[in-house]
Amino acid sequence: MNKLIVSLSPHAHGNDSVERNMYGVIIALIPALLVSFWYFGLGSVVVCASSIAACVFFEWAITKYLMGKEPSITDGSAILTGLLLGFNLPSNLPVWIILIGALVAIGVGKMSFGGLGCNPFNPALVGRCFLLVSFPVQMTSWPVTGQLTKYLDAETAATPLSIMKHAIKSGDASVLDKLPDSMSLLLGNPGVNNGAGTIGEICALALLLGLAYMLWKKIITWHIPVSILATVFVFSGLLNVANPVYSNPVSVLFSGGLMLGAIFMATDYVTSPMTGKGQIIYGVSIGVLTVVIRNWGAYPEGMSFAILIMNAFTPLINTYVKPKRFGEVKKEAKK
Amino acid sequence: MKLRTFRIGGVHPEENKLTDDAVTQVAALPKQAIFPLSQHIGAPAKPVVKKGDKVKVGTMIAEAGGFVSAPVYSSVSGTVFKIDTVFDATGYRQPVIIINVEGDEWEETIDRSDKLETLSAHPELTPEEIVERIKVAGVTGMGGAGFPTFIKLCPPPTAKAECVIINGVECEPYITSDYRLMLEHADEILVGLELLMKASKVTKGYIGIEENKPAAIKLLTEKTAGNPNIEIVPLAQKYPQGGEKQLVDAVIRRQVPAPPAIPVNVGAIVQNVGTAYAVYQAVMKRKPLFERYTTVTGKKLKNPGNYLVRMGTPMRDLIDVCGGMPEGDNKVLAGGPMMGKALNNIDVPVCKGTNSITVLTDDDAKRKTPQPCIRCAKCVSACPMGLEPYLLATASSLHDWDRVEKEDITSCIECGSCQFTCPAHRPMLDNIRLGKSTVMGIIRARNAKK
Repeated sequence: MNKLIVSLSPHAHGNDSVERNMYGVIIALIPALLVSFWYFGLGSVVVCASSIAACVFFEWAITKYLMGKEPSITDGSAILTGLLLGFNLPSNLPVWIILIGALVAIGVGKMSFGGLGCNPFNPALVGRCFLLVSFPVQMTSWPVTGQLTKYLDAETAATPLSIMKHAIKSGDASVLDKLPDSMSLLLGNPGVNNGAGTIGEICALALLLGLAYMLWKKIITWHIPVSILATVFVFSGLLNVANPVYSNPVSVLFSGGLMLGAIFMATDYVTSPMTGKGQIIYGVSIGVLTVVIRNWGAYPEGMSFAILIMNAFTPLINTYVKPKRFGEVKKEAKK
Repeated sequence: MKLRTFRIGGVHPEENKLTDDAVTQVAALPKQAIFPLSQHIGAPAKPVVKKGDKVKVGTMIAEAGGFVSAPVYSSVSGTVFKIDTVFDATGYRQPVIIINVEGDEWEETIDRSDKLETLSAHPELTPEEIVERIKVAGVTGMGGAGFPTFIKLCPPPTAKAECVIINGVECEPYITSDYRLMLEHADEILVGLELLMKASKVTKGYIGIEENKPAAIKLLTEKTAGNPNIEIVPLAQKYPQGGEKQLVDAVIRRQVPAPPAIPVNVGAIVQNVGTAYAVYQAVMKRKPLFERYTTVTGKKLKNPGNYLVRMGTPMRDLIDVCGGMPEGDNKVLAGGPMMGKALNNIDVPVCKGTNSITVLTDDDAKRKTPQPCIRCAKCVSACPMGLEPYLLATASSLHDWDRVEKEDITSCIECGSCQFTCPAHRPMLDNIRLGKSTVMGIIRARNAKK
């Protein structure tokens, strides 16, 4: 007779896997990717492809030659980091800058801490912020949508966020009239006028579709995206009521990297808190920080910084915010 | 209407109830029956027979070895072959009594008729008398843990029982023995519930059944239509609803506080349907606990089925009846795939707590290679006790006992939901068990010092 296999229970598994979750997020990003091809054409293809290829290559090379381990690039996490990094870049960025970004994202942001599951900061955002402070000119010139065959030579324009910032600085609410209307922000600024931004953030609707997919497949829970978006909406709504130089909250919600950040970057498993309560604290803090940086900080966009700052607080949140233990309610009631 | 269920965590394993339509068959008598002296939580029973003694079906062969203990009865007639130690289902050597089977002669005191005895026909049964008969018959929890039933009926003076909850949940995949029992012996189970209610001096009884057993819900609801004291509670399907604390939460919306609190601290006495049936037989038929319903199942097993088994029957006999061990790599479980114990030897006998023998084959039998934790928090959402399994597992593997004690590791019910749901296939519960048993030892030592 064959030998019997012995192990401790449970002997069943729900068949979930790291790959299923990573590729699930990638599938959720596909609508936004297709939309970016539609609006930015060649530039988007070059930037996303080189970013993904570079991230996968660096992860493979570092795991194999520096860490001396079996590379695990098939788990999809490097592809995902590459895609998210690409989404956070303007579509006219030269490839050599993207390579530096990918090296920092994977090498410094992820592998230096030990690889998948060990990094305290979102690797794609580490790469993006490194590029933003190192190459401020290239990283803040935004090609206008609709130039499908142009890459490095694409015409650039101000993003809705820089218009909002200009309104606040000048104290002139009429500047805001230049903003695209909310519907075109939702669909992806289809006009040539003022249609500009990073590759991934251009169409809020495509990102929301991705959110719906991830919630349906139970890849993420509602806590982080909903708390971020609600906080930003309420906070900027209050500002708008107090002083009309602050843009209306609907435009704020649909412009810049807010959707991309709230749905795909802040929800990164590794760098977000483990409990529902903790995730809401994290989400609300990101929302507040984003609005503060956007309105009063040096940069027009505050999403990346807000997420990175809260990534740093995640271990603290995990230490102090505990799930409600079974039977806890009863105990408190007795006291 | 939204069905009731427990409020924190839970998972949905694949049901795999292969045998829910298989009418229970009587299993053949074994040639030799093995009776472990420790089939329950508490002190092992003490043998009262010696080598060469003749015994009948229903003869006491070992008496209770302490207050928290239960006697063991022979399920066969024959001669005591020897009193020895063998490996039991837990993998440890345990003292056993081995009996060579000769014929099938029963003790005369046992009423073998099928006549239904109702509680109203027996007014002479006082609560004390019922508890005594349950104690003498060696009835223990039939759901798995095996706590002596009579002790649950005598709660500590600080707690007051308000209701009896019968556990017909059977949330473990594969197992159908409780389901078949409910369909085939509904009347006896209801009398058993009435006996338990009378014994614990309460007037309210519930039977919790998951919605995937509509036939059992319908049958029992019909049979209790005229009885306002017994309520059949259909429950939404979710594992581990059959856990005592989860069931109490699901049925009466009360959460048992952290250990050492037990369900009766919130007024509930929980018993398995198998136990209710055993109580009926013990009290009304004077039949000690020596046979039980057991499911023998597995996707690759030729003829899986439900059996009425004499305890002491080697599991190998039952697997052979079902077509023998399948080809390939097998894992044989005493119990279901979520909480069952993997056996290294299938000659161990069916005991009071053996609700199922489950044979998993090939891929089902093997674990996948663990990957790094991606901190997806799915284990935290799945934990029915509101714990943080990833943290307990990591801290336990680092032997940080103070930390895991602070993080309430002793509340863990070892249901395995965390590991079931983990995308990275991490062996979390292995580490948590290590931490939990170590912390329990530390707490016991600390209390002993005081």
